[in-house]
Amino acid sequence: MQSKDSVGGTIKVALVLCVVCSVFISSAAVILKPFQVDNKLLDRNKNILAAAGMFDPALNSNAEVDDLFSRFTLQVVELETGEVLSEERLVELGIDPQTYDERSVLSDPQFSDALAEEEDIADLKRRVRYSTVYTLPAADGSIETLVIPVSGYGLWGTMYGYLALDGDGNTVNGIGFYEHKETPGLGGEINNPRWKALWPGKKVYDDQGDVALKVIKGRGEGDFEIDGLSGASLTSRGVDNMIAFWLGLNGFGPYLNNLNEG
Amino acid sequence: MATDTKTLLFKPIVAENPITLQILGICSALAVTTSLRVTIVMCVALTLVVAFSNFFISMVRNYMPSSIRIIIQMAIISTLVIAVDQLLQAFAYETSKQLSVFVGLIITNCIVMGRAEAFAMKNPPVPSFWDGIGNGLGYSTVLLILGSVRELFGSGSLFGIEILPLVSNGGWYQANGLMLLAPSAFFIIGFLIWIVRSKRVDQVEKSEFKLAAHTTQEVAH
Repeated sequence: MQSKDSVGGTIKVALVLCVVCSVFISSAAVILKPFQVDNKLLDRNKNILAAAGMFDPALNSNAEVDDLFSRFTLQVVELETGEVLSEERLVELGIDPQTYDERSVLSDPQFSDALAEEEDIADLKRRVRYSTVYTLPAADGSIETLVIPVSGYGLWGTMYGYLALDGDGNTVNGIGFYEHKETPGLGGEINNPRWKALWPGKKVYDDQGDVALKVIKGRGEGDFEIDGLSGASLTSRGVDNMIAFWLGLNGFGPYLNNLNEG
Repeated sequence: MATDTKTLLFKPIVAENPITLQILGICSALAVTTSLRVTIVMCVALTLVVAFSNFFISMVRNYMPSSIRIIIQMAIISTLVIAVDQLLQAFAYETSKQLSVFVGLIITNCIVMGRAEAFAMKNPPVPSFWDGIGNGLGYSTVLLILGSVRELFGSGSLFGIEILPLVSNGGWYQANGLMLLAPSAFFIIGFLIWIVRSKRVDQVEKSEFKLAAHTTQEVAH
């Protein structure tokens, strides 16, 4: 028998180990994949419901998520024109609204564009061409609530969340962040329910149709101002930039505009 | 050779604690102890990884060519860590999101490699397994202490249940923001080491050098 320290023995042991380990890992990955995909979807849907104020982790259970979420209609919107993509276009682009993930196609040049520096107020570098809008139809066929994905650079990293608007596309219904790297206790307070409670009822656009909703330093007053978070000026500014970008012309501005005219 | 299971299991909790005596695994002790729920998952994950990596490494220890010994250990450890990560993503998605990269970083946790080299390479699989569990428990003890202190004083809660009502939620307790930042874990670990070593003087390391006595300028020249 070959000595284990010979060249041949070393290579043999290394090969056997690699094969055993990779078989183990691949089978774990394949077996667990369906659970992980379900979890991701459940998590996303839960965040959307939470932004729209329909889900509270303290009151509702995960089992209710599917039922609540099934009331939403999913549309994929071309941000540039604000048009909702038709069935044919979706097939052509290979997008399934149920599983389309804006963040995973962000680096794909077929689905996203680099942003010019002066347009990139939320410091995102790139923007997707198509984004999902989640709408909740009211009994009479009009839109009751619509939820849009938003993101923007805070202090330490990009903050990801959902913004819910009323059917008029102008009144804020709620906001929620599902991923951020802000300082716990300071910027991390963007997820404080008491702060988030300041958002519902605020208006987005002024009479000229410009984005007027702002996060300001100190106490916000009137229809357009939200209190800044104390000790977190840069995070507050990040949220402010995020609102300005995603509700502006490069974000969902055209879509919301169409909504009001149509 | 210490094969008594009880010693293997309980010695690393205070007498040979991997964090307070060997000062290993500090990185994750800072990162995942801001809330107890996350801490517990991390403790379970690390304990399982150390135990099973010890077990498997000990099983193949006689077949390991010495030139690629460390690489083989790393391959086994990382295989286990990836498996744990996949399991967490499948069954504890929320927590796995909070733990993010730190599950993957168990691979580089010095406790795992340290036990593999120091114990599993010289002992049969079953004692190695118990040694892994023991060290995992030692690590968990320190992490749980850190986690309780940090969550209680940093967020006024334990396991997410409010204990001290926060000012920001209309209560009276002004949260200590420092507790939520990594340095606070250093202070608490420092205090723990101080307490342990003042009770168990044998753990105090010998000083590596002595400061020379103070000299005045005239004498020195």
